[in-house]
Amino acid sequence: MNDAFLYDAVRTPRGRGKPDGALHAIRPVDLARQMLVAVRDRSGIDTRRVEDVILGCVTAIGEQGANIAKTAALFAGYDEIVGGVTVNRFCGSGLEAVNQAAARVRAGSDDLFVAGGVESMSRIPIGSDGGAWAVDPEVATMTYFVPQGISADLIATLKGYTRDEVDAYAVASQRRAAEAYREERFARSLVPVTGADGAVVLDRDELMRPDTTAEGLAKLQPSFARTGSEGGFDAVAIEKYPALEGIRHVHHAGNSSGIVDGAAAILIGSERAGRDFGLKPRARIAAYAVTSTDPTTMLTGPVPVTRKVLGAAGLPIDAIEIFEVNEAFAAVVMNFMDELSVPHEKVNVNGGAIAMGHPLGATGAILLGSLLDELERRKARYGLATLCIGGGMGIATVLERV
Amino acid sequence: MFTFNVGESGVAVVTIAMSDLPVNVWNERSIRAFAETLEEVLARPGLRGIVLRSGRETFLAGADLKSMWPLGDLGKNMTLVRDLSTALRRLETCGVPVAAAIDGSALGGGYELCLACHRRLAKADDAIRIGLPETRLGLIPGAGGTQRLPRLIGLRAALPILVEGKTMKPEAALAAGLVDQVAGSDDELLDAATAWVLATKDPTQPWDRDGKIPGGGVQTPAGYQTFMPAAALVREKTHGNFPAPLAVLRAVYEGLQVPFDRGMQIEAKLFAQCLASPVAANTIRTMFFGLNEIHKGAARPQDVPPATWRKVGVLGAGMMGSGIAYAAASRGIDVVLKDVDAAAAERGKDAVAKIAARRPDAGKILARIVPSARAEDLAGCEMIIEAVFEDREVKARAVREAEERIPNDAVVASNTSTLPITGLAETSRRPERFIGLHFFSPVDKMPLVEIIRGRKTSDETIAHAFDFVRALGKTPIVVNDGRGFYTSRVFSAYVNAGLMCLKEGVVPALIENAGRLAGMPVGPLAVADEVSLDLILAISKQTERDLGRPDDSPAAEVVRLFVEKLGRRGKKGGKGFYDYPQDAKKTLWRGLSDHFAPRPAQPSLDEVKRLLLHPQAVEAARAFEDKIVSSARDGDVGSILGWGFAPWTGGVFSYMDGVGLPRFVEECDALQRTHGRLYAVPELLRTMAATNRRFHAT
Repeated sequence: MNDAFLYDAVRTPRGRGKPDGALHAIRPVDLARQMLVAVRDRSGIDTRRVEDVILGCVTAIGEQGANIAKTAALFAGYDEIVGGVTVNRFCGSGLEAVNQAAARVRAGSDDLFVAGGVESMSRIPIGSDGGAWAVDPEVATMTYFVPQGISADLIATLKGYTRDEVDAYAVASQRRAAEAYREERFARSLVPVTGADGAVVLDRDELMRPDTTAEGLAKLQPSFARTGSEGGFDAVAIEKYPALEGIRHVHHAGNSSGIVDGAAAILIGSERAGRDFGLKPRARIAAYAVTSTDPTTMLTGPVPVTRKVLGAAGLPIDAIEIFEVNEAFAAVVMNFMDELSVPHEKVNVNGGAIAMGHPLGATGAILLGSLLDELERRKARYGLATLCIGGGMGIATVLERV
Repeated sequence: MFTFNVGESGVAVVTIAMSDLPVNVWNERSIRAFAETLEEVLARPGLRGIVLRSGRETFLAGADLKSMWPLGDLGKNMTLVRDLSTALRRLETCGVPVAAAIDGSALGGGYELCLACHRRLAKADDAIRIGLPETRLGLIPGAGGTQRLPRLIGLRAALPILVEGKTMKPEAALAAGLVDQVAGSDDELLDAATAWVLATKDPTQPWDRDGKIPGGGVQTPAGYQTFMPAAALVREKTHGNFPAPLAVLRAVYEGLQVPFDRGMQIEAKLFAQCLASPVAANTIRTMFFGLNEIHKGAARPQDVPPATWRKVGVLGAGMMGSGIAYAAASRGIDVVLKDVDAAAAERGKDAVAKIAARRPDAGKILARIVPSARAEDLAGCEMIIEAVFEDREVKARAVREAEERIPNDAVVASNTSTLPITGLAETSRRPERFIGLHFFSPVDKMPLVEIIRGRKTSDETIAHAFDFVRALGKTPIVVNDGRGFYTSRVFSAYVNAGLMCLKEGVVPALIENAGRLAGMPVGPLAVADEVSLDLILAISKQTERDLGRPDDSPAAEVVRLFVEKLGRRGKKGGKGFYDYPQDAKKTLWRGLSDHFAPRPAQPSLDEVKRLLLHPQAVEAARAFEDKIVSSARDGDVGSILGWGFAPWTGGVFSYMDGVGLPRFVEECDALQRTHGRLYAVPELLRTMAATNRRFHAT
C-alpha cells in the first residue's frame, strides 16, 4: 500500500459571511481558483500529473452548483486532463475531500490530488438547497429532525453545560486565535485573496473579536430559543430524550461558529509523485474514518469517530499531541473533551471556528492545514482533526508529521 | 337530490336539496345524483354557466360518515372518494364558469365542492361555517382539499387551515381567501354569483392554467421555511399519536410538486392510510357517533316529557357555583346565586362578570343573575344546584334550608365530585328528586357533566337533569352512585400511577413527558399540583373514615409526605411537585430526587406510557363491572371530555379494545406482579378476554 502524503496546504482568510463582508464580492469559483492556483504555483507541479480536484461544497446550487470542483480546475488553468468532483458531507466535506484523495493514493494511484473545499455562505446561504431531511414532512418526522442549533443546545442540556461555561469556552477561542495571529502561526497556509486589479481584498480572518469578554457575551440573547419554542423543535428533542424537562438554550452568535466565506486546497500524493517534482512531504495521512450517531443530538460524532480513527491508526489517544475539533458550537468541543478526557490545552490551540468562522465546505481542509502548521511549529508527531456533521456523522483524519 | 333551473340568461342554478336526509351530505347516492345532474345541465343548449346553492341551513356538511362505517372498508370508501373526485374534476373542467353560492355551512367534502368551483361567494351570516375539519376526525380531505386549497391561497396560508382542521365564519373565510366574495342576503348572493358567471370569460382553475403556486412552491426558500417547522409543530401537537395532520403535510408537500392529477392520486393514498388507521375509527366512533347518540338522549329515560328551565338556584358562590351560574344564565336561564353572606354572593356574580366579559351579551347574562344571602329568594326555582364546600354537614344544611323554599317537584342537585349521592340524598326531603350533577372546572370551558343517579333517584329526575345539562349546551353522561362516581374515580388512577412511578424512582421529567406524550393533557404530577395536594389528601382521609381502613395507595403516601411533612400543597400554594416562580414557567422541584432517588436503570418511554394509561383503563373496567358506568360509549366520551384521557384512543374503553383485551389482560397481569394493585384487572375483563369480546363491536 502506498502512503498518502500531504505536500502543501493553503487557505483563504475567512471573510464575514454578509453583504458587507470582504469576500462577498468575490465569486466562490474565484475563491476556489485562487487556492488551486496557489497550491500549484507554490509546489511547482505540472497539473497534468493531477488526477482529480476534489472539493467539498455543501450548498452546491446556483454558482456553487454544477460541480464547482471541475469548473474551478478549468478556471484555474489546470490541464484539461484533470478531473473534478464536488463532494458533500455537510460540514465534513473539506476533510472528506482529503480523505478520498488519501484513499485513492493508498489504493495505488501515483498521481497527485488537490483536495479542499469552498463555500461562499454570504452568496449561497446555508439551507438554501432545501433537502428532504429537514423539509420533507415524513422524513423529518421519522428522523426527529432538529436544526443544528437545537442539537447543540440539546447536548449542553444533556451534559449540564451552563451558559457561563460555554461562554468561557468561546472567550478562550478568541484569545487563542488572537495569540496565533500575533505569532503569525497561520502565515504558511494563509494566502490573501485578490480582486480583479490584483490588489489584496483580504489577508486575515475578518470575523475575529479578540477583545471578547465573558461579560460581553453574557449580554447576547440565545439564538435558538424561539426556533425551539415557536418552531416546535424543543418538543421534538424532548420526545427523543424524554427524561429532559426542557432544553437549555445556551448558544448564541458569540459561542457558535461564524458564518463566513472561504476556500482551501491541499496537495496530496504518493511518495513517488512528490519526488517527481522534488517535493518534500510535510505529513503522512496516518488514518481516516467516518461514522455516525444519533441525528437529533447530531453533533456528537467527533467522539465515536475519534475512537474509530485511533483504532485504524493503532494509536492510543495520548499519542495525539494536538487536536483540531471544529468549533461548530462550544458544546460540541466541550462534549468531545469530556467524553474522551482530552485536556483543553491540546484542543484547538490556535482558536477555531467560533473566532474565525466555518465556511462549511472548506472547513475540514482548513482545520487540517492548521493542524499541520502547528505540528511543524511544535515539532510534534501526531495530530488529529475532526468535525461534527449533520445527520449525526463525524469525520476524522490523523496526521503524522514527517 | 339536486334540482336545477336554467334562466333566460343561460345560467343554470343548481340547488342541493337532499330532502330525505337531515342535512346535505355526500354518500354513494348523492354523488351519483350530482354527477348525473351535472351532465344534464351541461347538455342544455346555450348554457353560459352554473351557480350552486342549497337553500338549506347547510350548504353541504361533508361526507355521510354513517355510510362510510366501518372506515376500514377501503373498497367501498375509496370508490366513494374516487367518484366524488371525478365529478368535481368534471365540474371544474366543464367549460363554463361555475360559482358556489355558499348559503349555508360548507364543510369537508362540502367545501371541497366549492373549491372545485371557479368562484366562491358566501352569505354574510355568522351561523355559517366554512372549512376542512377532517383532521379533527382523524381523516384528511379526500376529494381534492389538500391539493386545491394550497394551489389557491398558497402553502403558508393553507397549511394551518388544513392541519388544524380550522373552520371559519364567512368574513374570516374571505380574509383567508377561502371565499372570494361575501354578499348580504340569499338574493344578493344569487345575483352576485350569476353576475360573476355572466362576466367571466375564462372558466378554468389556476392549477389548470400555469401551475404557479401563490407565494412559491414547495422547492423554494419560502416553501422550505414553511415546511421545516411544520413537521416539528405537528409532532409537538400530536406526539405522533394522530396520523392525519402529518398525512396532510405529506399530501401538500408531495402533491404540490407534481401536476394536479398526480397530486390527487397522492392525496387518495394518504386518505386511504388515514381511513385504515385505528385513530380515525376511534375518533369518529367516540367523538362523532358516540357524542351524537348521547346528545340525542340514548341514556335519557324515554317516556318522560322534556323539561324546560326558567329559573334555578345555585347554592354556594365559589368558583364552581359562579361557573354553573354563568353556564345557566348564558343560556337564558334566571339564576339565584345564593351564599351564606351577601358579600360572598356578590363576589360570585363578579366572577361571572369576569367570565362573561368578552361576550357581547355580557350585560344580559349578568342581568339574569340575582346574588342573594336570603333563602326566600329561592322561591320558584325549578332546580337547585348545591355547590358548597365538600362536607356532608355543610351540604345537608344548605340543601335543607333551600328545600323549604322551592316547589315540591323541584330537582335538588349536588355538584359534589366525590361524596356518594345516595348518602347525601338521605338528608333531603325528596330523595327521588335528588341527583348528582358533577360539573368540571372551569365550568365555562369544560363540556361534560356527570349525572349521578342515587339509589332513590327517579327516572323523571334523571330525564330532567339530562334536559337541563343539554339546555346548558353541555354533554351529559349518566352514571350510578359510588365513590368518585366514574370520572373522579378513574382519573385518580392516573395520579396514582404517576406517584407510583415517582416512588419507584422513575425520573420525574420522564413521568411527566410520558403522560403528555401518551396523549394526556398534562403530566400526572402537574395535574396533582393543579387539583392541589391537600385536596387529594382530604379525599383520601374521607375515604379512610368511610371505609374504616387506611388508604395505602401510592398517592395517599406521597401527598401525606408533601402536605404534612414538606408543606408543599400544590399549585395554589406556589409549591408542590413543581415550583411556581412568579414570572417564569413552572419547573419540577429539585428536591424530588432527595425523596425519590432515581433508579439507575430507567424504564423506556413506552413502558412509562403504559404504566400511566393502563391503570385508568383497569379502573374504568372495574367501574363498568360495578355498573357505575353502563355503556362503553358513555365511558369513552366521559373519559375524553371529563379528564382528557388520550383522545387518539377514542376513550378509555376503546383503548382496551385497541390494545386487544387478551393482550391487555396479559400486560396488566405482568405489571401487577411488579407494580401491584393498580394493574389488577377485574374478573369481567378476564371473561371478556377469554371469550374474545370487545367493548365496541367495530
